[in-house]
Amino acid sequence: MEKKISINWFKYASPKTFYPLAGKIIPWCAIGAAILIAYGLYIGLIIAPTDFQQGEGYRIIFVHVPAAWFSMFLYLIMAFYAAMGLVFNAKLSYMMATAIAPTGAMFTFVALVTGSLWGKPMWGAWWVWDARLTSELILLFLYVGYFSLQAAIDDKNRADKASAVLALVGAINVPIIYFSVKWWNTLHQGSSVSLTKAPAMAAIMLQGMMVMAIGFWLYSVAVILMRVRCEILERDSKLKMF
Amino acid sequence: MHWNSISEFLAMGGYGFYVWGSFAVTFLSMTIELWLINQRRKSVTRTLEQ
Amino acid sequence: MKARHKRFALIAAGLALLVIAAVLITKSFRSNLVFFFTPTQVENGEAPKTGNFRIGGMVEAGSLKRLPDGLRVQFKVTDTAKTMQVEYKGILPDLFKEGKGVVAEGELNKDGLFVANQVLAKHDENYMPPEAAAALEAAKANKAKLATDGDSK
Repeated sequence: MEKKISINWFKYASPKTFYPLAGKIIPWCAIGAAILIAYGLYIGLIIAPTDFQQGEGYRIIFVHVPAAWFSMFLYLIMAFYAAMGLVFNAKLSYMMATAIAPTGAMFTFVALVTGSLWGKPMWGAWWVWDARLTSELILLFLYVGYFSLQAAIDDKNRADKASAVLALVGAINVPIIYFSVKWWNTLHQGSSVSLTKAPAMAAIMLQGMMVMAIGFWLYSVAVILMRVRCEILERDSKLKMF
Repeated sequence: MHWNSISEFLAMGGYGFYVWGSFAVTFLSMTIELWLINQRRKSVTRTLEQ
Repeated sequence: MKARHKRFALIAAGLALLVIAAVLITKSFRSNLVFFFTPTQVENGEAPKTGNFRIGGMVEAGSLKRLPDGLRVQFKVTDTAKTMQVEYKGILPDLFKEGKGVVAEGELNKDGLFVANQVLAKHDENYMPPEAAAALEAAKANKAKLATDGDSK
């Protein structure tokens, strides 16, 4: 039934055409990621000046903030693909959502651990149960819930649907994380960079963080496409067995 | 260049453990992720070749 | 109605329900997920009367003093409207400074002194090199001086 749709932009919604396309994109993203991350490290660790409050300890920001951004952003994209999967019953959308989850979980884990390593010297505690930290921890559970649900249900079709619903439900947590520092009294400080005000950071520090963030973005695209290619092959090989 | 010496760079103003720990955790996690995908790709291609 | 439209409608309805649920949850969270109370809230009786809770605000400038026993410190926490006296025995975090944010956990004793068992520093979201901070500070002082000069004329 899906095959009958021949509008042009659906062309890449077919795993068969998407597989080689992804293969072409991956090396470019990987090279870009390597260059930008190296440049970001150079700015962040070598040339950026010290901070007036936190001394050299603030340099954790160059990995913590990009990781935290992508922990949230990747979740939203995962939820978007999950929704596309449910609406159009598109296999490739489900596969994309499945491929995004581990990378999102990895960045959530990194954000939590680096945050902990930052909190201990600056705040005086590895962990506090404030709204920002708690909601970010819930994000990790949502990612873990997503792929355990995938693994728990044998029928791929039903697994895709069930986990897609979970991804959608959980999406509400993302704005909660983002705005938690505004809505509640938290120990975590407000956002240094936001769309509504000028960044509260020196230009070179901001530049280092942005370069790192774009590097992380390209890294994410590369690994997610690598994973979706595995996913396509795996599902294909299972079909052949029957 | 912000640093005067290698030892100063490594010490990170006394925050060495926390700063280097953070960067290590980040890049170790990314490396492990890449390694896991590579393993997965190898195992799929192996099954497909059979 | 085509199957796809029906599915779409169902999902939309489901999402709408979820959003409503989430709004309700956040509304109830708002009152419960407070990490700390400000001195004003404590004054108004919004904080628990007994047991542990956290207060937050600024360490009042010039209020930090070490008690003669050399172990305990006392300082005032202010939200600019109300002020609370805090006593703490232990190591203060690196970013603990007068005029900067602080969150202290502990309980009120009968004299109204907040005895803290943990003190956390709450820093702001500004990052800049020390020279820039010094320049900003100087500019602020200059502006304040101009303002007072203007007043006296």
